[in-house]
Amino acid sequence: MSTPSEASRATPRETTEGTVYTVTGGDWDEVAAGAAKSDDERIIVNMGPQHPSTHGVLRLILEIDGETVTEARCGIGYLHTGIEKNLEYRTWTQGTTFVTRMDYLTPFFNETAYCLAVEKLLGITDQVPDRASVIRVMLMELNRLSSHLVCIATGGMELGATTIMIYGFRDRELILDIYELITGLRMNHAYIRPGGLAQDLPPGAVDQVRAFVKKMRRNIVEYDKLATGNPVFKGRMEGIGYLDLAGCMATGATGPIVRSAGLPHDLRKTQPYCGYENYDFEVPTADTCDAYGRFLIRLEEMRQSLRIVEQCLDRLEPGPVMVADKKIAWPAQLALGPDGLGNSLDHIKKIMGTSMEALIHHFKLVTEGFRVPPGQTYTAVESPKGELGVHAVSDGGTRPYRVHFRDPSFTNLQAMAAMCEGGQVADVIVAVASIDPVMGGVDR
Amino acid sequence: MGLEEKLPSGFLLTTVEQAAGWVRKASVFPATFGLACCAIEMMTTGAGRYDLARFGMEVFRGSPRQADLMIVAGRVSQKMAPVLRQVYDQMPNPKWVISMGVCASSGGMFNNYAIVQGVDHIVPVDIYLPGCPPRPEMLLDAILKLHQKIQSSKLGVNQVQAAHEAEEAALKALPLIEMKGLLQ
Amino acid sequence: MSEPKNPETPDRPDEAVPAQRADTGEVIGTRHGMFGANNGGDTSGYGGLVRSVRMPGASARPYGGPGDGGTSRSSGVESGGGGAYGEFDEVADELEGALDEQGLVPENVIEKTVVDRGEITFHIGREYLPAVARTLRDDPALRFELCTGVSGVHYPGDKGRELHAVYHLRSITHNRLIRLEVSAPDADPHVPSLVGVYPTNDWHERETYDFFGLVFDGHPALTRIMMPDDWQGFPQRKDYPLGGIPVEYKGARIPAPDQRRSYT
Repeated sequence: MSTPSEASRATPRETTEGTVYTVTGGDWDEVAAGAAKSDDERIIVNMGPQHPSTHGVLRLILEIDGETVTEARCGIGYLHTGIEKNLEYRTWTQGTTFVTRMDYLTPFFNETAYCLAVEKLLGITDQVPDRASVIRVMLMELNRLSSHLVCIATGGMELGATTIMIYGFRDRELILDIYELITGLRMNHAYIRPGGLAQDLPPGAVDQVRAFVKKMRRNIVEYDKLATGNPVFKGRMEGIGYLDLAGCMATGATGPIVRSAGLPHDLRKTQPYCGYENYDFEVPTADTCDAYGRFLIRLEEMRQSLRIVEQCLDRLEPGPVMVADKKIAWPAQLALGPDGLGNSLDHIKKIMGTSMEALIHHFKLVTEGFRVPPGQTYTAVESPKGELGVHAVSDGGTRPYRVHFRDPSFTNLQAMAAMCEGGQVADVIVAVASIDPVMGGVDR
Repeated sequence: MGLEEKLPSGFLLTTVEQAAGWVRKASVFPATFGLACCAIEMMTTGAGRYDLARFGMEVFRGSPRQADLMIVAGRVSQKMAPVLRQVYDQMPNPKWVISMGVCASSGGMFNNYAIVQGVDHIVPVDIYLPGCPPRPEMLLDAILKLHQKIQSSKLGVNQVQAAHEAEEAALKALPLIEMKGLLQ
Repeated sequence: MSEPKNPETPDRPDEAVPAQRADTGEVIGTRHGMFGANNGGDTSGYGGLVRSVRMPGASARPYGGPGDGGTSRSSGVESGGGGAYGEFDEVADELEGALDEQGLVPENVIEKTVVDRGEITFHIGREYLPAVARTLRDDPALRFELCTGVSGVHYPGDKGRELHAVYHLRSITHNRLIRLEVSAPDADPHVPSLVGVYPTNDWHERETYDFFGLVFDGHPALTRIMMPDDWQGFPQRKDYPLGGIPVEYKGARIPAPDQRRSYT
């Protein structure tokens, strides 16, 4: 081996196939000495797409100079599922089954945003029964809790704090139990449907939610005790992932990120939907613009969500949970049978035994679906991550012509570069965790 | 380099197989391969209530070099497929794959341009776990089934023979469309 | 469910069922038959059915706005807005005034304005898009600070304007939401980039390029974002197949979703 620089350099060689480079390994001492001699210490580090700290299949491409990140870029698309295209081949009602799997930590927000868009296209926004709206709000707020819990839990885990991860998943399980009771599924519910809900709350649901709220109020204190004043936690979070209001506006960041920059922008307050104007809650903000501020905001939003859930429980009045229009409402009267959830026996008896018309109606509505008048709409809800918008276009058919989700994770993740550049490598993890991107939502 | 090169033969091999299987099944190290919804359920399985630590598996290795089980949790996109294969190739033998959820097993509801219709197009799969997403209990069950499989896995000449028999059976198997009768 | 032939449902005039809205609006395509069966003979008997797809057409002043109570399908006709001077008129007036000041003719810039379902859409000539966006962002009376990205829509039947890029702008100051729509023909799929005005559109434009092949001129790095770099074609265009493959079960084969019979 001659000089270190030449030994470790790939030597080109012309062949019939083209230029071939032969790369040979060098001695580590020589490599290190060579690197020390040259003043160029820039290294490109590829984190992911399979990396335990990148929040799913996110690929981070970092150019580092020593420990400092000089340039940071994201590679996304590793979970692109083509859901928007798939929606175009299913009926409007079947669409909920797909959208709930987009951002899988916020299924009720996806479903609600989509259903609000479909309802707006149909022009039945005002006809959705109150009870359905209240249950939607309740589920969304429970979902905000579970989403923030996962954010805090996995964020903690990425910092190396396993206890907070165990706590977060412990409390999330309590919420998933409620989901399971109400919708039958722990995730991916497809419970909210255009026009209302798939079915009413089962017996015992209200009591369980009430018990949960009581329990969660006690548990939430533990996060405060464990993390809020913890000097190590604060040391890792404070001043990290800085993005001020101008940066938020430029990058289109919404949700806790923009609220950590001091702007109380929350669609639940500014453009209320599902009757949010009737609930009493605060929009927490911080002025620190950093990851710690976002953590505090999430914690406070969880408390506010508990308040809203309690108000929902008080507001629940008996009544229908689907629009009265039989041309839109799914005909099924669901009931728990011995083999799982299905049409109620009474309904089957009626359509099979006594009413041919009801059978035809059931068949047409289930296989063909309802028609939606042509036009387009944009409906947005405030998901735990920010503004979740749905641009839905109908051509008058029984299937969507185009549905585009403006997912907050996708937009917020663009701010990663602005938050990380100039910081340290370890802080990239904190910054990304404070954005709380969910790749299912980013890539769709 | 490993156990395989110092194997005895005959009935002694069977004894070694049993011992090796027993040891191997009790210390499986899963690689973190969370992709989508199922990854969240996989993390839940590792967390308090379901507690994967009871089966000696709570430590998910970040590096494929230190792992021998890949739980493909979620839909595999065309863009992710080469990455998945590379991670699999980096895992040392012996290694196992659980395909968690319908998306990983068959593409599931996402029958479209973006999703690989079953991860078995890319890597050999030992356990297919249905569900969307499967409950943590189902994942635990799949893991226990895999433990049984590891326990009864063959070594040396027996392994070669077992692989040969599996190949024969696969060649003889009818295409799915020509099969009749109930699912089994 | 009424057949699409039937333009109105007399028994239920104010409800949402029929897709067909008389003969107003702008035709963007036609659909033939039902059930999506177009190979082989007309076994369904619906093969002769022709339905034109009409999107809501241009609205006349006044446009109204969220304050005037016309948010739902109050009037049910394309003129939308319905009666009173409202927020949308304010936005339109301000925009036209501001464009005037820059020496642009509003009639050339804004091809048409559609008010439908309580939402206003400005169809902008594509060459004017950056100027309009900058005006909307910077004018103190408009102040649309937040762009929620771009959504592409492909209308293969709308000859000469096949590809649409739809932008939604939100004003936090005035609490308003408007929509901008530009179109480009398939043969020349170019739209000016808005990254200079709204940096947030960086990824959104890459996404739209990736899925629809719309080229955003002036974008700093217009590359694929979701699909692998070497992917052929633009998967979310209407002429790109879903890519589904038939699913085999024991003794049965189920066609992929895009090859099944469907109700068009």
